[in-house]
Amino acid sequence: MRYSGFRVLREGLRGQRGWQPAWREPDPKREYDVVVIGGGGHGLSTAYYLAKTHGITNVAVLEKGYLGGGNVGRNTTIVRANYFLPGNSEFYSHSLKLWEGLEADLNYNAMVSQRGLINLFHSDGQRDAFARRGNAMLAQGDDAELLDRGGVARLLPYLDFDNHRFPVYGGLYHPRGGTARHDAVAWGYARGADRRGVDLLQRCEVTGIDIEGGRVRGVRTTRGAIRAKKVAMVVAGRSSQVAAMAGMRLPIESHVLQAFVTEGLKPLIDHVVSFGMGHFYISQSDKGGLVFGGDLDFYASYAGRGNLPMAEHVMEAAMSLMPAIGQARVLRSWGGIMDMSPDGSPIIDRTHVEGLYLNCGWCYGGFKAVPASGFALAHLMATGTPHETAARFRLDRFATGRGLMDEEGTGAQHNLH
Amino acid sequence: MRLTCPFCGERDRREFTYRGDAVGLLRPEGTGWSAEWDDYLHNRDNPAGETRDLWFHDPCGAWLEVTRDTVSHRVSDARWVSEGKA
Repeated sequence: MRYSGFRVLREGLRGQRGWQPAWREPDPKREYDVVVIGGGGHGLSTAYYLAKTHGITNVAVLEKGYLGGGNVGRNTTIVRANYFLPGNSEFYSHSLKLWEGLEADLNYNAMVSQRGLINLFHSDGQRDAFARRGNAMLAQGDDAELLDRGGVARLLPYLDFDNHRFPVYGGLYHPRGGTARHDAVAWGYARGADRRGVDLLQRCEVTGIDIEGGRVRGVRTTRGAIRAKKVAMVVAGRSSQVAAMAGMRLPIESHVLQAFVTEGLKPLIDHVVSFGMGHFYISQSDKGGLVFGGDLDFYASYAGRGNLPMAEHVMEAAMSLMPAIGQARVLRSWGGIMDMSPDGSPIIDRTHVEGLYLNCGWCYGGFKAVPASGFALAHLMATGTPHETAARFRLDRFATGRGLMDEEGTGAQHNLH
Repeated sequence: MRLTCPFCGERDRREFTYRGDAVGLLRPEGTGWSAEWDDYLHNRDNPAGETRDLWFHDPCGAWLEVTRDTVSHRVSDARWVSEGKA
């Protein structure tokens, strides 16, 4: 069923009786050309682009829970292309372009909102660093504008400009950045893949990966064995467990990242704003809740929830940036399981097993990458060569030391990003 | 989360700095680059369940090897790293 304004009107007049499920609930087939492990944003977009761009439709997406129930439903929904280093720069630039055409492409309202993103700076040195980053963004063909204090005050009048400890010197404005409705992104890709023949298999947990003679032959699941010519592991925080089924030990440590949302408020924050001094960022959802977060808790965790010291730190940063937020009540907080790589950048690559592919290492930035990640992995699996925007996301860069993408400049080792 | 420092007793998580997997105690031989060094620096078991990792107690300077569950956050043991390597 194609969605349109006419369809909404027609169903409204007919008592909403004509709607159909957005995707099928098929039983697993015995064999597929491609099996994608993981029904989150990245897995679903991989399946979608395999079918749409490469015509590979005999595909199954295996999800141990429900579609979109992992990190794609647990993030802070921010979309941006403000990276600095070669590798990340062209990849996230491509992803933002895909975001811009996503809803028309999927025929699905993902509520993509390019409301603009502003990274604040609070010292001369930080201004220089952001000017340099802005130049890199412009050189990549994206948009960036350096705002002075007055420019920030016009856009964000509610900030505490009189804060003597962290004075606002200005901000790097990225007008094409913004937010998207995270669940709808998963649903839109799921529906798009399903309509092209992809089987979405929920409550189907992979329990083993069959490898014969150095080649992948299929997977064993809680819904039976499934043979496959190619298998992709796209499981974010659970990457180490799934890769271990193929005898791999990954350069990944899973950490918890917390996020928070307040009760619904009248429109207050029109952009995405990040505080340069306390690792804090905030936007307002279309429901009115202030959605914000900070840094990792900084210890390995699969708990899906964090500890209070980081919650306290985030609240303190919020109060430093915009004291008015103290009047809002926090509705809930949660944690996602982040697949942290040593240099803070992702991995999209083949493995030592023929036909087995790996997509992981998204750290705390996987949501904005959803379109380009699936696009690049689909390209790699279909053509055998990496897509030009993701060619640097190699698994072996840690062993060789070549092509490390340490965006924060803190060193390519665990626990530094 | 609270950790028990053998010197100072049970203390708030804010007094401790996480220093990574206890595999950090198993430093390879030699100073030249090798597969062992790559594995030591980068690759991790990353278990969902019981793990051992290193925490530094900032006030007293003790290095601790903590046994803890990454799913429940339950801490079952904390000892000086000098009491025996992983």
